[in-house]
Amino acid sequence: MEKKDYKKIVDKYKAKETRVQNALVAFLIGGFIGIIAEFLIQIYSYYFNISTQDASVFMIVTLIFVATLCTALGFFDKWVNFARCGLIIPITGFAHSMMSAGMEYKKEGPVYGIGSNIFKLAGSVILYGVVSAWIFGMIRFLLFGGV
Amino acid sequence: MTFKFNNVFVNNTSTVTGPYEKEGPLGNKFDKSYDDLYNGEKSWEKAEVKLLEESIDILLNKSNKKKEDIDVIIAGDLLNQISASCYGSAKFKVPFLGIYSACSTSTEGILLGASLIDAGRVKNAIVSVSSHNMASEKQFRNPTEYGAPKPRTATFTTTGGASILLSNTKSKVKVESATIGKICNMDQKDPNNMGAAMAVAAADTIYTHLKDNKRDINYYDLIITGDLGVYGKEILKEYMMSEYGLELSTNYNDSGTMIYDVESQPEVLAGGSGPLCSPLVNYSYTIPLLEKGVLNRVLIVATGALFSPTFVFQKEPILSISHAVSLESVK
Repeated sequence: MEKKDYKKIVDKYKAKETRVQNALVAFLIGGFIGIIAEFLIQIYSYYFNISTQDASVFMIVTLIFVATLCTALGFFDKWVNFARCGLIIPITGFAHSMMSAGMEYKKEGPVYGIGSNIFKLAGSVILYGVVSAWIFGMIRFLLFGGV
Repeated sequence: MTFKFNNVFVNNTSTVTGPYEKEGPLGNKFDKSYDDLYNGEKSWEKAEVKLLEESIDILLNKSNKKKEDIDVIIAGDLLNQISASCYGSAKFKVPFLGIYSACSTSTEGILLGASLIDAGRVKNAIVSVSSHNMASEKQFRNPTEYGAPKPRTATFTTTGGASILLSNTKSKVKVESATIGKICNMDQKDPNNMGAAMAVAAADTIYTHLKDNKRDINYYDLIITGDLGVYGKEILKEYMMSEYGLELSTNYNDSGTMIYDVESQPEVLAGGSGPLCSPLVNYSYTIPLLEKGVLNRVLIVATGALFSPTFVFQKEPILSISHAVSLESVK
């Protein structure tokens, strides 16, 4: 049998993914995290009497802390499995990716384990985050004179 | 390549599993099951070593043999450098052969051990395999705590160790013949749909085995593939029909769909996989039925996806292989 005919059989028995449902769950949970974040910014800026910009840094630190704590306690992976991109796209996903890699390679020691593996998943995010920040920064500079 | 054996028998088997297998439909048939994936060890890899080692210990106990009686241990697993097999077999100080054939390691081991016995080179051979869900997730995919969502065609690596003692002294189950499979390539590149990559290898081996032995597909009471899963099983049935005109009907099943209850254990997705999947089902379910005489002739077709993350990232297809072993009930 030709490879393309075999592919037809494979495609015929491929499981239907519930894409609409996944997207809706991700949208709602991701949005909910956005609400929590906004709430935290308001609280911090009101009670600590700081600017909204400073309060957002506090908010990010809080979310990172909560996410890594949940990863360490062992149930964040189950939430990710359910909420998918709703938890992966926000900063919680980034924190989770580093924490889970760190925990996984702890047994191999601080240098060859945690040190060389903690960015296993997050490394791509950082690299392409920096690259795209540079590209969009240049576009902004060239088109709008850096305003 | 098919050959027949004259005096190779299954003396005894042993199975040790993790918690997910215990919750499955065959849960009460295993020799030992752990409730924790670490089973008292400090890492996933060490846990797998322990599972394999324990399966050999239990096997020696069950068959009243001392390690001095064993002429060779043939073992394989999924970890890099088949390290679980090496570390797990070390304490026995028995001549050792390490093998790798992904999830078809068990039948490769049986056919090698049976060949050694049949040729009169050895009297007793142990064939062991192990796999560990978390250890393979760590090695092949993402960190275990990351819990990356997977599509439904993905399978769930079984946890545990299983061993079989082959011997030249007569018992109730005979190793009748075996077929060495060929490496197949159908240009499948999705590591989350290994059943699709392996179905072609299973079909090729089943067809070759039947042709070489001049047998009909209904000759066997049960043809049992390794770890194709829910979707791979359907692919195999349709491919087998359209390519060879052979119908796999009521005498066909797949270990991957038998080891877990796909309905009540949704985390296993399309079913079980790993080198352990086929032996767990066969040692705890098929061989006891052969011993009782409920089944007379069984063809075990363990299926292996020769999956390398490096090669898949380099856009190469996932190769697959399948070895078959035919077992017969001795009257």
